[in-house]
Amino acid sequence: MMEMIKKFRLPILIGFIYVVLALFVPIAASRSTKVLWDYFKEMAMIMPPVFLLMGLMEVWVPKNEIQKWLGSGAGIRGGVISFVLGTLPTGPLYVAFPMTAALLRKGASITNMILFLGSWAALKIPQLMIEIKFLGIPFTALRFVLTLAGLIAMGFIMETALGHRSVDKWLPPEDEEAGNGMKGKMKI
Amino acid sequence: MGTFVTIYSLLGISLVLSLVKSREKTKKAFKVAGKALLKSAPSLLAVLGIVGLTLGVLTPDTISNLVGAEAGFMATIAAAVIGAVTLIPSLVAFPLAGSLLRSGATVMTISAFITTLVMVGVVTAPMEIKTLGKKFTVLRNGLGFLVALIIAGIMGLIL
Repeated sequence: MMEMIKKFRLPILIGFIYVVLALFVPIAASRSTKVLWDYFKEMAMIMPPVFLLMGLMEVWVPKNEIQKWLGSGAGIRGGVISFVLGTLPTGPLYVAFPMTAALLRKGASITNMILFLGSWAALKIPQLMIEIKFLGIPFTALRFVLTLAGLIAMGFIMETALGHRSVDKWLPPEDEEAGNGMKGKMKI
Repeated sequence: MGTFVTIYSLLGISLVLSLVKSREKTKKAFKVAGKALLKSAPSLLAVLGIVGLTLGVLTPDTISNLVGAEAGFMATIAAAVIGAVTLIPSLVAFPLAGSLLRSGATVMTISAFITTLVMVGVVTAPMEIKTLGKKFTVLRNGLGFLVALIIAGIMGLIL
């Protein structure tokens, strides 16, 4: 029981904020609840297939393949693949986090994963279309080029900051048994 | 809609291939997926809750009032912060940015807003931390914020 409460403390806290909001600013609370429900429906549709795809990748794709195509030895080709994969119309960014974790575990480089996440978030093709429509081609093109350059720089900085240690040192463990909020106690 | 079609057709094809090749391994994939989904449930719920709160409180009207038609450095910083802490669908965000631009906000302010909006995700941080770790999340979002400000500065100078 305590375990459960501990695990869900953030959602519970947020629930409290909703209650407080409902008491003091009911209009904002009802707007929030509507948004919550819309996003919940979207997530409930997207997350299960995404996790299943990751499970399949986990089981079928060998580590050295990912390393070969997206690892630090893959050079510019690896960067281009990560970038192209990111720009495909594949949905909201939170879908990409578990994918990125799985790819990192399979040997993808940090630089490539920053490019993947970054282009997923900032340079998606459908999003660029909307941007061109409302902010014009010069704005969109300039932001595209600068963002790409910025992402490459971020990738190199993060590779330097994290890359010298093995992935297990900073990436959360895959199965949660070890990390159930008991980490401190279990170590002793 | 396109998202669903892409993901579900990809899943359909992969599942059929996987089942044809090995039932055992497919079963294992389901197990891995179920475990990962359960593990992410609390942070998914948290993200949902925060998205609802920010969008409920920070409506497009409120954002226009905050960013306003004011020029200047403070408006740009405010726009960058609002962009970082909200998660607005592009179909709402870009028209809003366009109308702010026409009503007198500077290119620097608008590019700060758009760039932090897409690059920095305070709202999705619980999920990012859960899957990719605190260090990675803080570095990616922190650097993203800095890069966004630099991009905004350059765009303000050029356009």
